[in-house]
Amino acid sequence: MKQKMTAKVYSQTEIAPGIFDMWIETPLADEAAAGQFIGVYPKDKSTLLPRPISICEVNKKDGMLRIVYRVAGKGTGEFATYHEGDMVEILGVLGNGFPVAEGTGKKVVLMGGGIGIPPMVELAKELCESGVSPVAVVGYRDNKLFLKEDLAQFAKVYVATEDGSEGTKGNVLTAMDENDIQADIIMACGPMPMLRGIKKYSEEKGIKAYISLEERMACGVGACLGCVCKTKKVDHHSHVNNARICTDGPVFDAEDVEI
Amino acid sequence: MNTKVTIAGVEFKNPVMTGSGTFGSGMEYGEFVDLNKLGAVVTKGVANVPWPGNPTPRVTEVYGGMLNAIGLQNPGIDVFMERDIPFLKQYDTKIIVNVCGKTVEDYLDVVEKLGDAPVDMLEINVSCPNVKEGAIAFGQKADALFDITSRIKKVAKQPVIMKLSPNVTDITEMAKAAEAAGADAISLINTLTGMKIDIHRRTFALANKTGGMSGPAIKPVAVRMVYQASHAVKIPVIGMGGIATAEDAIEFLLAGATGVAVGAMNFVNPYATVEIVEGIEEYMRKYQIEDINELIGGVRE
Ligand SMILES: Cc1cc2nc3c(=O)[nH]c(=O)nc-3n(C[C@H](O)[C@H](O)[C@H](O)COP(=O)(O)OP(=O)(O)OC[C@H]3O[C@@H](n4cnc5c(N)ncnc54)[C@H](O)[C@@H]3O)c2cc1C
Ligand SMILES: Cc1cc2nc3c(=O)[nH]c(=O)nc-3n(C[C@H](O)[C@H](O)[C@H](O)COP(=O)(O)O)c2cc1C
Ligand code: FES
Repeated sequence: MKQKMTAKVYSQTEIAPGIFDMWIETPLADEAAAGQFIGVYPKDKSTLLPRPISICEVNKKDGMLRIVYRVAGKGTGEFATYHEGDMVEILGVLGNGFPVAEGTGKKVVLMGGGIGIPPMVELAKELCESGVSPVAVVGYRDNKLFLKEDLAQFAKVYVATEDGSEGTKGNVLTAMDENDIQADIIMACGPMPMLRGIKKYSEEKGIKAYISLEERMACGVGACLGCVCKTKKVDHHSHVNNARICTDGPVFDAEDVEI
Repeated sequence: MNTKVTIAGVEFKNPVMTGSGTFGSGMEYGEFVDLNKLGAVVTKGVANVPWPGNPTPRVTEVYGGMLNAIGLQNPGIDVFMERDIPFLKQYDTKIIVNVCGKTVEDYLDVVEKLGDAPVDMLEINVSCPNVKEGAIAFGQKADALFDITSRIKKVAKQPVIMKLSPNVTDITEMAKAAEAAGADAISLINTLTGMKIDIHRRTFALANKTGGMSGPAIKPVAVRMVYQASHAVKIPVIGMGGIATAEDAIEFLLAGATGVAVGAMNFVNPYATVEIVEGIEEYMRKYQIEDINELIGGVRE
């Protein structure tokens, strides 16, 4: 069941300039899965809304969730000041998550771009646990390859960088071509231009692709209709061509959404 | 101790309701709070046909609140009657259906269809700042408000609440027009029209450019308008705008509201509604107030 609760920061480290890695002790870990997210509330009451942050890793045994986020503004700026033992208000678990079971028996390629890389860690882990050996193609701006080692535990990793300082110069799709990577199914998270590229790529090649979308959110639970995306078919809830990213997503079959 | 209030002959177990558009039809927040504990659930605005709403971004945060320009996305009255009303009927709470439209005929269509539906009251939204056509125009001119109110009253089977816009020069004039046209109650405030500009991108934060502001930052404006409106008319007033806690809700009751609604703060604290119900009871015990009705309009001059 979704709930808002006070949780404890277990640890926090800066893993790349402006990119923070936080483990949170919370019973929400029990229900969390790859591709889902939590809402993190800043303490500053001038910033009221929960910040949606993807689940990067789940540790069910010790009841912990890991988030990795980039300092983008006031809220994430505040989170970056938290230390071990600090309390943090969270809302979760939110969203649908990636369809891990669909990877069974297939060549699964995970694609992550920038701050869309974190959810790929838990996804790679869950795929591994289900007997799939995924490939991960990840795109960075430069040679600050955060989470690459984490991914390498569960997936064969290919890197693309915008500045060409590591791996393929270009984006994740350039790396797909350059390394001649074959996929039966793609699961991806990253900036909108990358997701648009993946949608087109998957359509051209006839590959199934699941993409995780982002939108400005208020409630995070499906009540406010703030976070919609255009869908091809009339959505079952809205009865118009709009699905709620926070509840019907954030992961969608790329075929079903117009982005 | 009595926490019951009566509005237009409808008895509510307590004055705490949900702000239209912030609580869906109760399904989503039903996971967090026991809907049986609420005075009423006020639904998201529903039109005669499905509306797709505005492009995104539709929401953005502002200091102490938020702006929204959802544009009244809704599944249309037919789906609503099949799905949302039966859902709410499972609970021991009153159902208030919020109605929107682009033309008077749109509103009348919805109101007529709801005629035989098991809902307790209708709240007519003539104050949404986010829809280009119609809607808001009815809520910003007293004669237009009078006209639409009287036409709705002619066909409505349930008591009618007119939801007023704060984006007017004189709220008392609007309250009086609604009352004169036969409205059974009024509710206020809807959102205040606002704007936010992203200085890094040099673009508007919302695709719609403007959006309705809600949240704690608007509360003083709302309390003032509820006070003025409730002193201008005899019909009951439902107050809202930035209510976060029981203390906030009590402020609205003292200003003259018979009911109070919690809007954007549901997003911040999904348990807010029930905590407010409990907080009001605590306040009544603390000050030995036997009947909540003693608080309504109870601010000392
Ligand atoms: C489903 C989902 C998962 C996400 N996962 C991650 C993640 O794992 N790591 C990460 O670093 N970021 C992630 N983001 C983006 C993250 O939510 C924003 O960077 C964050 O909300 C910025 O908050 P702020 O207060 O620092 O910025 P401000 O600009 O001060 O925020 C102002 C308001 O805008 C909202 N906002 C600003 N940027 C975004 C954005 N890109 N997306 C949605 N809302 C935004 C904020 O939530 C807040 O309500 C995710 C977004 C979504 C929708
Ligand atoms: C996301 C959102 C959607 C809303 N949708 C509606 C609506 O459909 N109909 C309506 O009458 N008011 C709507 N409102 C206005 C609220 O019901 C309420 O009047 C206003 O937000 C002020 O209260 P608050 O500050 O507690 O949110 C909406 C408000 C928000 C924040
Ligand atoms: S954020 Fe409110 S519906 Fe998705």
